[in-house]
Amino acid sequence: MAVTEPVAGRRAGRSTHRLFARVFRHAGVLVILLAGVPSVWAVTLPEDRTDLMYHYYKGGDVTVSGPALLVRESVGDSVSVSGRYYVDTISSASVDVVSTASPYRDKREEFGLGIDVLHGNSLASVSLISSKEPDYQADTFGLNVTHDLFGGLTKLELGFSSGRDQVERVNTTFQKGINRYNFRLGVSQVLSRDLLVGVSFEDVAEDGYLSNPYRYALVSGVYFPERYPGARDSQAVALRAVQGFSTAGRPLGLSARIDYRYYRDTWDIHANTLGLTLQRYFGDRWIGEARYRYYQQNAASFYSDNFGTEMTFMARDKELSTFYSHSLGVRFSWMFAKQKFLFFNKASLNFAHDHIYFDYNDFTDVRTGQPYSFSADVLQLYISAWN
Amino acid sequence: MRRTIFLTVLCCALVSGCARLLPDVKPYEREQLADPIMSFSRDPISDQYLDHVHDVREGARGATVSQGGGCGCN
Repeated sequence: MAVTEPVAGRRAGRSTHRLFARVFRHAGVLVILLAGVPSVWAVTLPEDRTDLMYHYYKGGDVTVSGPALLVRESVGDSVSVSGRYYVDTISSASVDVVSTASPYRDKREEFGLGIDVLHGNSLASVSLISSKEPDYQADTFGLNVTHDLFGGLTKLELGFSSGRDQVERVNTTFQKGINRYNFRLGVSQVLSRDLLVGVSFEDVAEDGYLSNPYRYALVSGVYFPERYPGARDSQAVALRAVQGFSTAGRPLGLSARIDYRYYRDTWDIHANTLGLTLQRYFGDRWIGEARYRYYQQNAASFYSDNFGTEMTFMARDKELSTFYSHSLGVRFSWMFAKQKFLFFNKASLNFAHDHIYFDYNDFTDVRTGQPYSFSADVLQLYISAWN
Repeated sequence: MRRTIFLTVLCCALVSGCARLLPDVKPYEREQLADPIMSFSRDPISDQYLDHVHDVREGARGATVSQGGGCGCN
C-alpha cells in the first residue's frame, strides 16, 4: 500500500476500504465457484473462460480503481480449476475522512483458488480466498454443492464459507480478530422454455471486532471512538425471475429480469432492494443492457448522527444510517470474435456504466451542516474469452 | 387399517399432484434457457464487482447473484 500522507488521527475513511475488503472477499469465494456459463441448463462443469477487467469508481470524494482477472480451465471431463486476482487502489478524502482524519491512498490485493468436481447430477466446489493490505488480513474457505432435481428442471444449491479476519491499526500494536460464517440455500426452477425463477437465502454470522479503529461517533458534538456490538447475525431472502421474449428474426431476442431482496439483522437494520434489467440482442454480435436498482434501509439501533449522551454502543457510519439509493446503468457487449481468436474460441469486449445517487436522512455532512447526499459513477471495461 | 389406506391414498394424491405441478419442459426445449441473456449472472466478474460496489456502501449483505444466489444454471 502507498500511504501518501502520514496519519495522525487517521483515516476514518478506511472503514470503506475495510468493508470493501470483507464483502469482496466473501463474494469472491462464490464467484470463483460460479464463474462460467454452461452450454445447457443443467449442472455441468463451468465453461473454460478468462475475464480481464479494469474497474473504476468515483463518488463522494472517493476513487477506487484497478484490474481484476478471473481464469477457469477444465482438467479432464469432471474437474475444473480457477484462479482469481483482484486489486483495489483507493484514494479517499470522503466525508468520513474530513471530520477526523486525513486523505489517504491505499492498495489491497486479493488472490483466490478454486476447484470444482462434477459427479453425476452434482457439482461440488471448494475455494480459498486471501486478501491482504497493510492493516487488514483476511482468509476465507468456501464449500458449495449444486444438485439437479426433477430431470434438471430444479436446481438446489447449498453453500458454506468460513472466514477469519485480522484487524490492525497502522503504526500501532492494535490487533483484533473477526470470525465469520456464511450459510446459503438456493433453489432455481424452470417454469417454461423461456421463464426461470429462483429463490435464495443467506445467513451471515460474525463475531469479534466489528467496529472500526479509525472512525469516531459524535456525542454532543465531541468525538468518541465508535463502539459496536461484538456479534452480528443477518438473514437475507432474494426472489428473482427472468423472462425471455422473441423479437423480429430471433426466437429469443429480449429478456426482462426482476430481483427483490429483503434483509434484516440483529443490529435492527431492515433493507429492501429492487432490481430491473432488460437485455436485448442487436444483430448477432451485440447485446445491449439497461438496468435500474433501488435500495432502502433504516438505521442500526446504535446509530446516531450526534448522540445526546454516551452509550454502550455508538456508531456514526453512514452505511448504518437511514438512506436510500437509485442506480441507473447500461452495459454493452460486443462479440468481436465468434471463431478462433488467439488461444480462444470466441471473445467479447464489454463496457458498463452505472450512475448511483445516495441520499442520507440522518447523516450530516460536517462541512456544510446539511444532510449528506452524493452521486457516484461506476465504470467497467473488460474482455472475456472462452476456450 | 382404514388409517393406512387413507394415508396411502393421501400420499399418492400428493405425489401425483406435485408431479402435475412441475412444468413439462423437455430437454430439447431448454436451449433458450442457456442463452446468456437468460442467465441471472451473464458475466460473473462484472456482476460480482457491481454487487460489491453496492454492498460496501449499504448495511445489507448476502443472497445476491454473485454470492451464490442459488441459481445453479450459471
